[in-house]
Amino acid sequence: MTTTGTTTEAPAGSPVRGRGRRLLLGSATDITAILLVIVVIFGALNPGAFLTSANLINVLINASLLIVMAAGATFVLVAGGVDLSVGSVLVFSGVIAGKVMVAMGPHGWAASIAGIAVSLFAGALWGAINGIVITKLRVPPLIATLGSFGAAQGLAQIVADGNDLKDIPNELIDTLGVGRLLGLPWLVIVALLVALAGGGVLAFTRYGRRTYAIGSNLEAARRAGINVDRHLISVYALAGLLSGLAGIMSYAEFGSTTLSGHSTDNLAVIAAVVIGGTSLFGGIGTMWGTLVGTMIPAVLANGLVIVGLNSFWRDFTVGVVLVVAVYLDQLRRRSRTKR
Amino acid sequence: MTATPLLEARGIRKRFGAVEALRGASFSVNAGEVVALMGDNGAGKSTLVKTICGVHAPDEGEILFRGRSIAGLTPSQIHGLGIETVYQDLALAPDLDTAANLFLGREELARGVLGRLGVLAKRRMADRTREVLAELKVNIKDPAAPVATLSGGQQQSVAVARAVTWADQLVLMDEPTAALGVPQTRAVLDLIRQVRDSGRGVVLISHSLPDVMAVSDRIEVLRLGRRVARLVTRDTNEQQVVAAMTGAFTSEDAA
Repeated sequence: MTTTGTTTEAPAGSPVRGRGRRLLLGSATDITAILLVIVVIFGALNPGAFLTSANLINVLINASLLIVMAAGATFVLVAGGVDLSVGSVLVFSGVIAGKVMVAMGPHGWAASIAGIAVSLFAGALWGAINGIVITKLRVPPLIATLGSFGAAQGLAQIVADGNDLKDIPNELIDTLGVGRLLGLPWLVIVALLVALAGGGVLAFTRYGRRTYAIGSNLEAARRAGINVDRHLISVYALAGLLSGLAGIMSYAEFGSTTLSGHSTDNLAVIAAVVIGGTSLFGGIGTMWGTLVGTMIPAVLANGLVIVGLNSFWRDFTVGVVLVVAVYLDQLRRRSRTKR
Repeated sequence: MTATPLLEARGIRKRFGAVEALRGASFSVNAGEVVALMGDNGAGKSTLVKTICGVHAPDEGEILFRGRSIAGLTPSQIHGLGIETVYQDLALAPDLDTAANLFLGREELARGVLGRLGVLAKRRMADRTREVLAELKVNIKDPAAPVATLSGGQQQSVAVARAVTWADQLVLMDEPTAALGVPQTRAVLDLIRQVRDSGRGVVLISHSLPDVMAVSDRIEVLRLGRRVARLVTRDTNEQQVVAAMTGAFTSEDAA
C-alpha cells in the first residue's frame, strides 16, 4: 500500500458529436420531418385527391385504432417493457362486450354504454394480468405478453364459438362507429383525445416522470422509494384498457368483432411507437413521436394507392423506416455510453 | 464526544446461506463527524452499510439511531429518518435530467388543481436544484441535459447531491470515488467535508487510504465481519490502518 494516489486522470468525456448528427438524433424531430416530406410528395403528385380534407380524415379514421393502442404502448415501452398482446386483447374485449350487449339488448343506449364499460374493463383486466405476471412472477414481458396474445385470442374464439359477433346496438354504430361531431368522426376525436391526454400525463405528471425513471433505471427507481411493481402493473393495465377501448371502437366501426383481423396489430403498434423515437430499451420517448410514427404507415398506405403505386410498397417503406429509427436510437445510446 | 452517538451498531450478525458476512460487527458515528469504514474485500463493509440503511435486516444485534432501535426498518422508513445512501453503482436514471434525478421518488407537485391531477412543479424543482448545486459548489453545465451526458465525476456529484439534499442526519457512502479521476475525487471529498461541517454524520466506505486520511475524522476497521480497530485519523498513519486491515494489529477497545 505505497501508492501515492493515481496520476492518470479519467477523461472527463467528450467524444466528438457533430452538430448534424445531434440534429438527426433529436428524438422525434427527424421523424416529423419525414412525415412532412411524405405528405408534401403525395400532395405534389396528386393534390386534387390526396390533399382533400375528406381524404385526410379518411387517413385518420384508418389510423385511429392504432393510435389508441400505440398511446398505451408508448407508456409500456418508455417503462422498459413491451406488450405483444394488444391485438388479441382488442378482439377479446370486443367479443365480451358483444356478448353483454346482446344479452342486454341487442339495441339501446343502456346496452351501448354497458358494452363500452365492459370492453374497457376486460382490456384493463388483461393488462393488469400481464403486469402481475411480469412483476410478481418475473416472467419477461416479451414472453408474458406473447402468452396472453395467444390466450386472449383463444378465449375470444371460444366465447364467440369461432364466429364473429355482428349484433351491435345501432346507437353505438351511429355515434362511435360512423358518427361525426362538427365534421370530425368520433373515432378520430376519441383517438386524438387519447393521444393528447396520454401525452400530457407522460410529459407533465409524476406518473409520467416515474414511468421514464423506471424505464431508464429500474433499480434506481426502486431505491428512490418508488413502488416499481405497482407502477408497472398500472402501466400494463393502462395499455390493456386502451386496447379494450380500441376493441369497442373496432366493433362499432366494422359492425363485427373481426376475430381474425388483428393478429399483427402488436407489430404495427410497436413499429409505430419505435418509429416515433421511443426507445425499445425504455426511458426515452414522446407521445407526439408515437402519433407521427402511427401516421407514417397510414399516410403511405393511402398515398401510394392514390398515386397509383402498389400499396405493398407501404410494408417495404415502413420496414426500412423502422430499422433506421432503431439504428438512430442505438447511435444515440452509443455516443452517450462512451462518456 | 461521549454523548449518545448519532448511530451505533452493536454485535450485528448477518448470514447469507453458508456465508457469515457479519460476525458481531459494531460501529458508531457521531453527528458532525466523518467515519471511514475500512477493511479488505469481504470484510463486510457493504453488508454493514446495507444493514444500516434497511436493505438487509440483521439476524442479530442492535442498531440505534439517536438511541432508538432502527434494526429491521424498511429502506423508505430509514429515508424518513433523514438517512440517505450513495451507492457504489450510481443509482441514477441516465435518461432523466439532473433535477429529475435529484427529486426521483420525491417529485413535487404543482399547486392547486393541477397538483391534484399529478402535474409536476418542474420550474420549482429546477430552481431548487440550481440552489442545491450552487450550495454544494457542484458545477453542472446543463442541468436540463440527461445525466448520461455528464462525466462520471459529475454524475457522482449528482448522486451525492441527491443524498445530502434529503439526508438531514446521516449520509452513508459506499465507494463514492471508486470510478473517479483525481479532480473529481477532490470535489467529492470537498462535498463530504461540507456535509460534516453542516453538522451531519458521514459514513464513508473507501479503499483509498489517501482519501480516507484526507477526509475522515475517525477510521473503523472491519476484518472478517467484525470490528478490529477504532482509530482517530490524526493520531494514526497508513501503516497502522493497513496492519489493522490485514490482522497484524488489533486495538483493545474495538470489539
